[in-house]
Amino acid sequence: MGVFDIFPPRAATSSIQVDALYVFLLAVAGVMTVLIFFFVVFFAFKYRRKEGDPMPRAIHGSVPLEITWSVIPLMIMMVMFAWGTKLYFEYYTPPKDTFDVYVTGKQWMWKVQYPDGQREINELHVPTGRPVKLILASEDVIHSFYIPAFRLKHDVVPGSYQTYWFEATKPGRYHIFCAEYCGTNHSRMTGWVTVMDPAAYGNWLAGSATGSMAEQGEKLFEQYGCVTCHVLDSQGRCPTLRYVFGHPVVLDDGRTVMADEAYIRESILNPNAKIVKGYHRDIMPVFQGQIGEDGLLQLIAFIKSLSPKTPGTPAGATGPEAGSSKQGTAKQPQKQ
Amino acid sequence: MSMTLPLPHVPPHVEERTNYLNVDYGWKSWLFTTDHKRIALLYLFSITAFFFVGGAFAVGMRINLLRPEGVFQHDTYNKLFTMHGIIMVFFFLVPSIPATLGNFLIPIMIGARDLAFPRINLLSWYIYIAGGIFALTAIVEGGVDTGWTFYAPFSSTYSNTHVILAAIGVFVSGFSSILTGLNFIVTIHKMRAPGMTWGRLPLFVWGHYATSMIQVLGTPVIAITLVLLGLERVLHAGIFDPNLGGDPVLFQHLFWFYSHPAVYIMILPGMAVISEIIACFSRKAIFGYTFVAFSSVAIAVLGFLVWGHHLFVAGQSMYASMVFSFISFLVAVPSAIKVFNWTATMYRGSISFETPMLYAFGFIGLFTIGGLTGLFLATMAIDVHLTDTYFVIAHFHYVMVGGMVMAYLGGVHFWFPKITGRLYPENWARIAAAVVFIGFNLTFFPQFILGYLGMPRRYATYASEFQVLNVMSTMGASILGIGYLLPMIYLAWAWRKGPISPQNPWNAKGLEWEQSPTPPPTLNFVEPPIVTEPPYNYSGEEH
Repeated sequence: MGVFDIFPPRAATSSIQVDALYVFLLAVAGVMTVLIFFFVVFFAFKYRRKEGDPMPRAIHGSVPLEITWSVIPLMIMMVMFAWGTKLYFEYYTPPKDTFDVYVTGKQWMWKVQYPDGQREINELHVPTGRPVKLILASEDVIHSFYIPAFRLKHDVVPGSYQTYWFEATKPGRYHIFCAEYCGTNHSRMTGWVTVMDPAAYGNWLAGSATGSMAEQGEKLFEQYGCVTCHVLDSQGRCPTLRYVFGHPVVLDDGRTVMADEAYIRESILNPNAKIVKGYHRDIMPVFQGQIGEDGLLQLIAFIKSLSPKTPGTPAGATGPEAGSSKQGTAKQPQKQ
Repeated sequence: MSMTLPLPHVPPHVEERTNYLNVDYGWKSWLFTTDHKRIALLYLFSITAFFFVGGAFAVGMRINLLRPEGVFQHDTYNKLFTMHGIIMVFFFLVPSIPATLGNFLIPIMIGARDLAFPRINLLSWYIYIAGGIFALTAIVEGGVDTGWTFYAPFSSTYSNTHVILAAIGVFVSGFSSILTGLNFIVTIHKMRAPGMTWGRLPLFVWGHYATSMIQVLGTPVIAITLVLLGLERVLHAGIFDPNLGGDPVLFQHLFWFYSHPAVYIMILPGMAVISEIIACFSRKAIFGYTFVAFSSVAIAVLGFLVWGHHLFVAGQSMYASMVFSFISFLVAVPSAIKVFNWTATMYRGSISFETPMLYAFGFIGLFTIGGLTGLFLATMAIDVHLTDTYFVIAHFHYVMVGGMVMAYLGGVHFWFPKITGRLYPENWARIAAAVVFIGFNLTFFPQFILGYLGMPRRYATYASEFQVLNVMSTMGASILGIGYLLPMIYLAWAWRKGPISPQNPWNAKGLEWEQSPTPPPTLNFVEPPIVTEPPYNYSGEEH
């Protein structure tokens, strides 16, 4: 970046979109500033007090003028509003079929995990040309995962998952900053995102995995004893977890919720918050404070893997109907 | 009366007229006064002291940011920006114009002998000082490092600094703000002189009326929020910390429900001052009086409905964000109306360029930039990139320092003769105004660029490519510092040695200049004032 640059590098589809909107805003703001400066300076010069000036005549105002200079700016602002809102909804509504990366913030580092099992600290590797979704968790205070080259950030809020997605366009290394003040070494909670073309990215992914996140999650699933109740291939005391993720779940109070990352997280930490229709509360122990954020993400990755994106992959399996998620319809789990 | 009494000729320097300053001497006459003018001066000296304390922290910050790797320890820097924010927001900006100029002028402008509750007025100053002592104790004991926003769960669970002391300071000083607001509302409703209808109120009073509404309605919410924060920090009640079953975003909703309206507490009185100055030095009635007056009220009302624009990336619902973004654009309209009307007021005026008018020009320019950059932050996709960067810092300081502090200095110069009975040295003051303007822009304009480049706020250290702009900013801050010290020196000198001011040195309209002696006597007027004409009637129209 040169001394006179006013734009950070553009490395994602979003950066071009945000810059275009920014240039529009700069143009509007520039015109308005010049107009006001011009009139102030012009009037100050033209109507400066001279010796023997008579007292000026009062001008009490003009309703048409007031309406004009209220309505025209308002209409321009509505363009800003609509344009900005459209992009905002895009950035926080991930498309289907994203490549998911799990990020955990803690004072003062970023831990990054990939579905295939790679883990790194303060580094994020992503491919170009593919939508990547970040699932953000915090172990302590609020952080914010900010990538200026993508023009995107979102707070990382303890007790919840936050997400955003992007599609990188330009290989290179770009800053990651923590943007929400988080204590002593806040300004050191930085890192680098490395954008690679898909071939290089494939090589990188193949590099150093020690078992996928789902496999690590499965170990935890056994270790914490989940497997004794949540039997995978038949009806247990608790709902089976096959084909739960990404599907609607009917609760005992009649509501239907989508089984997403946040739902699974809550069901592990505080199972009584939402009880699946047909099951009882207080059967499952509360895991609040028992499992770290990394482990939770691995468990979620495992549960995700029980709902492959193309139903029918396990031979003879049929996807559950909406509302019958307690049914264990799947046959033998199939290791990939 | 046709009969005239022969009066003995008394030279003015032989016998000084009794006024609020010389009516009594000694510390008791000040610390136990119920005269709104003396209380205004107590506030003036206190907030000036806090301004320089807060400014000293800013000096420390700018020194640290000269080098990418920083100069001080990280913890030291974190405390510097936290205490700069707390002192400047709660102990300087919030009380600045209302508690000094507002306190001094509102009763005189509406033709009253004092505020409605003079003893409560004095109480509010003592409460302010008590809050200030808590805040200063927190500083002396080692400081606070949460940021002035006190975000939980960092502040409630993780920080090891004097959060509770600082929070008590803010909590206590809030009551001072509520009492001042209450006093103004009652005074403006009940104590206007005969003929002083609502449509004849100076815009200074309208602006303070709107401000007082926010102070009374908004301040209790920050008090409640800080109590909840204290409960969680001390008793581990689970309110904000998710480990205790709380919700960290709830804190942000509560905090900004006050603190966004609070920025209008800080700017509306500034706008109120500018309306007076522009009218006087253009020799014109304010263009669109009704629109300017009601735009203050509109800002006060809409200002309560935009807090969520601080939470676009904090995890609130996208639809909530959309509504908050929309209303944030709406609140820009009344602010724009004011700027357009001030500019139109100058049209066909008779404009002179004394120091208060120079500050008013500075205000219009800097507030325009501050307001327009607010639109960037109201635009959600842009805010995603810019929030928590230096762009926000620059925007905020253009409004609060470029706007409010310029207006404050303009107002202090404008009413200096009224307050002290003496004139300040015009040329020194003009130079200082120019130095402030240049120093301000050099300090804060680079920060807009830094923000878009992605430099986050509250960073003790930063990436090396940001250094050039940071050094520029620090250089600007040095100039700005000189600009603030100059008025301290020449105003202190003028207070003692400046030439005696006539009653109305600017030939301004308004009860405080036309019907009240300079400096005013304790009860403000010699004869009960009567209002017979609209405000700013410079052209002398018959009514």
